[in-house]
Amino acid sequence: MKTTIKFFVFAVLFFVAINVAYARDFNYQLSAKKVADNTYVFVGKTEDFSFSNGGNIVNTGFIVTSNGVVVIDTGPSLRYGMQMKEAISKFTDKKIIAVYLTHHHPDHFLGNQAFIGIPIYALAGTVNNIKNEGAAFTDNLYLMVGDWMRGTDAYEPTQSVEPGIISIGGHDLEIFSYEGHTNSDMAILDHSTGVLFSGDLVFHNRTLTTPHANIAEWKRTLMVIKRLPFTVLVPGHGAVSKNKDVLDQVLDYLTWLDMSLTQAAESGLSMAETMEIELPKRFMSNTLLKMEFSRSIIHLYTGYENKVFARVN
Amino acid sequence: MLKLFLSLFLFYSSTGFAADLAKDPFSSVQWADMQSAFMQGKRVVFDARVKVKTPAYAENPMNVPVTIDATELDNIKQIIVFADFNPIPLIARYYPSNAKAILSFRFKIQQSSPVRAAVLTSDNVWHIGGAWVDSVGGGCTVASTGRLKADWADQLGDVYGHRWVSPSSNRIRFLIHHPMDTGLVSGIPAFYIEKLNFMTEQGEHLAEIELFEPINENPVLTLDFNNDVSNRLILMTGADNNGNEFSAEFKP
Repeated sequence: MKTTIKFFVFAVLFFVAINVAYARDFNYQLSAKKVADNTYVFVGKTEDFSFSNGGNIVNTGFIVTSNGVVVIDTGPSLRYGMQMKEAISKFTDKKIIAVYLTHHHPDHFLGNQAFIGIPIYALAGTVNNIKNEGAAFTDNLYLMVGDWMRGTDAYEPTQSVEPGIISIGGHDLEIFSYEGHTNSDMAILDHSTGVLFSGDLVFHNRTLTTPHANIAEWKRTLMVIKRLPFTVLVPGHGAVSKNKDVLDQVLDYLTWLDMSLTQAAESGLSMAETMEIELPKRFMSNTLLKMEFSRSIIHLYTGYENKVFARVN
Repeated sequence: MLKLFLSLFLFYSSTGFAADLAKDPFSSVQWADMQSAFMQGKRVVFDARVKVKTPAYAENPMNVPVTIDATELDNIKQIIVFADFNPIPLIARYYPSNAKAILSFRFKIQQSSPVRAAVLTSDNVWHIGGAWVDSVGGGCTVASTGRLKADWADQLGDVYGHRWVSPSSNRIRFLIHHPMDTGLVSGIPAFYIEKLNFMTEQGEHLAEIELFEPINENPVLTLDFNNDVSNRLILMTGADNNGNEFSAEFKP
């Protein structure tokens, strides 16, 4: 009897374990959120890359036009791209006719392989950046999220696109070419719905990442975006918003970051000492503040030091 | 019987050995080797007064910033900085004879590793502090960025810096153009700054630092001298392992 019970308990535990393993079997659990007519967003977590989130830290989206579906960004992995495609097919029978990539960071384009055969558009600078850095980004993500990446390669955009208005199936999509977050940042405004896909020029309640940032350009870009006639903002990371204040949050942080690094360099702090400065309370609600601030010092501080240093030999 | 004797002997010798080694807070398998390589059999204590400030994650494995602060200790003879799991563990040796026990620089890390500062005080005790740095790796086996351009040699030895003097501070920060090649990249031999000396114009010795292969390309160092030489011109001289000589001066 005892043995039977033991066996039963063991069997139950075994099946629970199997189910847990399968539930976590690289399923991103993508569910599209409707943000306007015909317009949907897969909202990612506001976390860093990890083995548990598989890199689902990014917002991707799609617009269902009468001619077919337009996809904006393809996510961090082949698996993500495939699951995205499957999730889209639950909303519409229409075929995917175009993919647009906002910029060259790995969480935004490594799902490209799932869309082979469909034109994949990016700004010329982004095409170039993916050529140069795509493979290294892919290696890095394998290290950071593990097996979620299986089969993923850096598949380059198939065509470069110029800024301007493209009319597809009743939607007038305006492609903008900006810089700041990287040297080639696309934003897409759907004049028919008022939805702006900002890419990573905007983060919402999530601290900015700056590996290829130019703060002055980024601020200039945000001032331009502020004047665009949009009603719904889809940031690259964080919740979708109808409130333009989200842009002020980004501007505020960039201004503070620039000022803090200037002051630190002028007062002679080392990088590690600068990482210890007090962070303003108003940014505490942005996730990953401490970590991203430290990363930004690595990305940007040498530029501030060089302004303070003069030739001494 | 012999077996029993041997096992007892091994048991006692191993416990004796364990007692000689201070318990490593990072439980690094390399710790015993580090201790025998750098501590010369002297007493070793892990000491929270030796602060190693570095980010927990090496965003750029070729440029990991670190600040070593042992200013809570007195009578310091030297400070050595090393990373257990680097292919070349030793990063720097600092002799702050008329300087504060605080220094900052950046270094290359090859894989996740403890980064440690060992501070030798005049009573011949090593005080150890450390921090764990996670890394995706590769910092020591990648060619320096200067090697990818043809003109790195034009700037070799150029020094850019600044000095901060106030009643409480006598700090210099500077950058020396140098590829700091580790010798671990195929076809590029080790080529790095070996030593920098700091003295006043009057010849008073202030500090000396030995740098090793893991120091980053175009090193940036931060050193703090004692306040009693705040009003003196500070001269730096040094050389790399190919005999190139460097110098700079820092006005008060």
